[in-house]
Amino acid sequence: MSNPTLVMYDEEFREVNEVIERLLKEANAKVIFLVDKNGQLISGVGETERFDTTSLASLTAGNIAATGGLAKLIGEKEFSILFHEGEKDNLHISIVGGRVILVVLFDNRSSLGLVRLRVKKSSEELSTIFEKLMNKSEEREKRGSSDFPFAEITDDDIDNLFS
Amino acid sequence: MSFINYASREINCKIVYYGPGLCGKTTNLQFIYQRTAPDAKGKMISLATETERTLFFDFLPLSLGEIRGFKTRFHLYTVPGQVFYDASRKLILKGVDGVVFVADSQEERIDANIESLENLRINLKEQGYDLDKLPYIVQYNKRDLPGAMSVDELHNELNPTNVPEFEACATTGEGVFETLKAVAKLILIDLKKGK
Ligand SMILES: Nc1nc2c(ncn2[C@@H]2O[C@H](COP(=O)(O)OP(=O)(O)OP(=O)(O)O)[C@@H](O)[C@H]2O)c(=O)[nH]1
Ligand SMILES: [Mg+2]
Repeated sequence: MSNPTLVMYDEEFREVNEVIERLLKEANAKVIFLVDKNGQLISGVGETERFDTTSLASLTAGNIAATGGLAKLIGEKEFSILFHEGEKDNLHISIVGGRVILVVLFDNRSSLGLVRLRVKKSSEELSTIFEKLMNKSEEREKRGSSDFPFAEITDDDIDNLFS
Repeated sequence: MSFINYASREINCKIVYYGPGLCGKTTNLQFIYQRTAPDAKGKMISLATETERTLFFDFLPLSLGEIRGFKTRFHLYTVPGQVFYDASRKLILKGVDGVVFVADSQEERIDANIESLENLRINLKEQGYDLDKLPYIVQYNKRDLPGAMSVDELHNELNPTNVPEFEACATTGEGVFETLKAVAKLILIDLKKGK
């Protein structure tokens, strides 16, 4: 089944956050989010508490999915960059390594040119980290995922969730 | 595709409510939203037409609590049931961990139910999923209406593989949480198997 579980470990989580923290500064952005293509928030830095991050993640993924559908209709593989311009704030959305979405929110203290430039560099770094992550979880899976937290849950654990 | 984050100790799963137009998918989510404590839910997002038909999706994030120190979160989505929104339905099925098929119990909707169920199978297959291998629940909704078919008849037409099934009235909420719990449980059992 084409349904590999995305797994994030501490080490890669730190690395990912370092990259987007740096991008936040270098691009003069307000907030940066990393979202998985299915709409799950992976991480966020900057003024994250001002935003409903869960909704943002889901809508971003929907947006990418919809424009991806449009791309296919006109014979493109995907649109790897989307830009939404607002009166004050702008969104720069790009696909990293084919499977994660990088969302940069910025205002007039930055510029599209700067964001584009910095995103390009960070994207390469992020791609490498996610590649490593995929290999790591594949490897662990082959070894039999003994560190998987759910292997030992009982029916009671599950029922308790709903009590 | 569930997402397990060891760093923040979270598990995220995606549940999709599928079914023909007007069968009550959005109403299911609205009821869950109304009856969930504020700290356990996020905002419900509905991308709908002016006549409140789902245009792209409804989205409701829930956090159910912890299992073995991991926060379990479920992201509930509905698809637009109207036939011509098929392209959108395919997009929403991406990365699905569990499916609820909401059937409209009214006799005059039986063909629409059958068509939607076939459409679900086809669309899943396109993404490389097999409905028979996914956590999957059937809900017979609108049991309150006088024109409702018997559950036996509905079962014969819509649930030949005998997956767990529930009767519901989404407007009053009967059967709504039972359905959600059942699919969430199947997903967690699947995760436990570490498929
Ligand atoms: N009597 C009755 N009406 C219901 C029930 N569930 C939903 N409805 C009504 O059916 C209508 C359609 O419900 P929705 O939840 O919007 O249907 P949907 O499946 O989301 O429809 P689409 O978005 O077009 O796919 C609304 O007027 C609901 O109030 C039920 O159990 N009984
Ligand atoms: Mg709807």
